[in-house]
Amino acid sequence: MPMLSVHNVEKSFGGIKALDGCSLEIRKGAIVGIIGPNGAGKTTLFRIISGFEKPDSGTIVFNGEDIGGAASFEIARKGLIRTFQIPKALTKLTVEENLLLAPQFQYGERIWNVWLRPKDVKRQEAENIKKAHALLEFLGLLHLKHEYAGALSGGQKKLLEIARALMVDPKMLLLDEPFAGVNPTLALRILEWLKELRDRDNENDGITIMVIEHDMPKLMQLSDYIYVLNKGKVIASGAPEEVRANERVVEAYLGGA
Amino acid sequence: MIEIGIEIEYLPYIITVLLIASIYAIFSLGLNLEWGFTGLVNFGHVAFLAIGAYTTVLLNLSGVPLILSVIAGVALAGLCGGLLGIPTLKLREDYLAIVTIGFAEIIRFFLLNEEWLTRGPMGVHVSSRPFEELIPGDYNFFLFPFVLGVLVICYLLLEKLVKSPWGRVLKSIREDEDVPASLGKNVFSYKIQALVLGSMIAGFAGSLLAFYLQYINPRNFMPIETFYAWIAVVLGGSGNNRGTILGAFILWAFFSGTRFAQGYLPFSPTQMGALRILFIGLLLILIMMFKPEGLLGKKEELTLTK
Ligand SMILES: Nc1ncnc2c1ncn2[C@@H]1O[C@H](COP(=O)(O)OP(=O)(O)OP(=O)(O)O)[C@@H](O)[C@H]1O
Ligand SMILES: [Mg+2]
Repeated sequence: MPMLSVHNVEKSFGGIKALDGCSLEIRKGAIVGIIGPNGAGKTTLFRIISGFEKPDSGTIVFNGEDIGGAASFEIARKGLIRTFQIPKALTKLTVEENLLLAPQFQYGERIWNVWLRPKDVKRQEAENIKKAHALLEFLGLLHLKHEYAGALSGGQKKLLEIARALMVDPKMLLLDEPFAGVNPTLALRILEWLKELRDRDNENDGITIMVIEHDMPKLMQLSDYIYVLNKGKVIASGAPEEVRANERVVEAYLGGA
Repeated sequence: MIEIGIEIEYLPYIITVLLIASIYAIFSLGLNLEWGFTGLVNFGHVAFLAIGAYTTVLLNLSGVPLILSVIAGVALAGLCGGLLGIPTLKLREDYLAIVTIGFAEIIRFFLLNEEWLTRGPMGVHVSSRPFEELIPGDYNFFLFPFVLGVLVICYLLLEKLVKSPWGRVLKSIREDEDVPASLGKNVFSYKIQALVLGSMIAGFAGSLLAFYLQYINPRNFMPIETFYAWIAVVLGGSGNNRGTILGAFILWAFFSGTRFAQGYLPFSPTQMGALRILFIGLLLILIMMFKPEGLLGKKEELTLTK
C-alpha cells in the first residue's frame, strides 16, 4: 500500500489550470522529489494534499485513508506535515516557542490541564524543550532560542520551518523548497540527516518525505524517485538518472535553465 | 484637624474610583484575551457585560440564590460568545467585528424594549448583594477588596493560561493561523475557547458592576463601554495582562480627575463630558506617537516583520 496516492487531481484558479489531472504515488519510507518550472503547480499540489486548498476533483489517499476534503489540521493530526515555501515564522514568538508549538496533543493545550494538572504540563514541556534544543543545536540555531523568530534571516526562517515540522514526529513530510537560501554545507548536512531519519528503524519504519526543490544536484542526491510536473501534469517520473536522461524533462525544465 | 477632615471625606471617593477601575480592569482582561492574545476583533464586548449584569439581577430578583444567579450570568455570557463565534470564526475575514457590534446593539435594544422581562428604560434595582447584611457602614469598603480579589484571581488564572501551551496556540493564531493549522491545532476550537472565556470574564464583571451600581438600566451598556475596554488594552499594551489592568486604572483615574477638576473649570457637565472624550482621543494619539506598543508593551515586537 502506498503511503500517499494522488489520483487525477484538478484545480483551477479562474482561468488558470494549476493542476490538470495530476496523479502520483509514494511508497512508505521513500524520499520523492518534485521538480518543474515556476508555476508548474508544485506548491498548489502541496496545498491540496495538506488540506489548505480543496481540489476541484480527484482523490487523495494517505496511509489508507481518503483525506480528500479533510481540514488541514485533521490531516496534520494523521501525521502528514507540510512546510511553507515562503517561511511563516511566528514573528512575536521566540524561536524556541515556535518549536514548542509543534508537538501534538500536549496536555497543556487544554485549559483544565493548565489549571489542574500543572505538574504533568510542566514535565511534558520540559521533554519538548529538550527535543527542541537538540534540533536547534543541529541546525545551528540554539544560540538564537530566545530571540523573536521575526528577527531571523530568510535562511534561518527556512531552517525554523524544517525544525518545527520535525518537532511533530511526522509520518510524512511535505517540504516546499527547504534549501532555498540555506547555506550549501548546512543543506548537505540536513540532507544526510533527512536520509538518516528515513532509514531510522523506529515504529513508523522511518519517515516518508516528498520534497519540492529547484536545486537539481541536491534533489538527485536526496531522492529515490522523482516526479516532473509541468502545467499541472506529471510529464515524467523515475529514478534520478532516468529523469535526467529524459528528453521531455530536459526540454521542459533542465534545458531552459 | 482640617487635613484629617479632608482625608475622611475623600476616602470613600477614592475607594469608589478604585472599585470601578477594578471592575473595568476585569472587563478589559476578557477583551485582552480575545484581541491581545488571539487577535479576535470584538467590538461588542459590552454585550457580555450587560448579559452578566441583567441575568444576575433578574434571576436573583425572581428568587434564585445570588451565587447561582452570578454563575448563570457568567454561563449565559459565555454561551452567547460561543454562539456568536460559531458562524463567524470559520470565516477568515473579520466578520466577528461586524457581528459583535450588531449583537451588542441588539442586546441593548432588547433590554430597552422587552419591558416584561427587563423593565425597559426604567431599569431594575439590585435586590441583594454578597454578604450585604453582614457589612456595617459603607458597603463599598467591602466591595472594593472583594472585587480586587476577583481581579487578582482572574489575572493569575489568565497569566497561567497565556504562558501555557494553550496560550502559545492562541498567540500562534494571532500571528498566522496557517502555522498552527499545519501542525494539527484546531484553530476554530481555540478561537471559540478564547471568545467564550473572554465573554465569561465580561459577564462576571457585569455581575460585579450591578453590585456596585445597585440599579442597572440599558444606558449603562452603551457601545462606548466596549471602547473603554479597548482603550485600556491598547493603552497598557495589547497582549499584556498587567498592562491592561494599568490601562483600566489610568483611564478611571483620568475620568475621576476630570470630574474633580470640573469644579474649577468654566464648563457645563455636558461640555465636560465631551472634553473628556476629546482628551482620551488625545491621550491615544500621544500613545500611538510616542509609545505605540503601549505602556507595558515590548518595543522590539513592533519592528518585527512577518
Ligand atoms: N491562490 C491562487 N490564486 C490564483 N492563482 C493561483 C493561486 N495559487 C496558485 N495559483 C496559480 O497556479 C499556478 C501554479 O502555482 P504554484 O504556486 O503551484 O507553482 P509552483 O510550481 O509552486 O511554482 P514555483 O516553483 O515558482 O514555486 C500559477 O500559475 C499560479 O499563479
Ligand atoms: Mg512553489
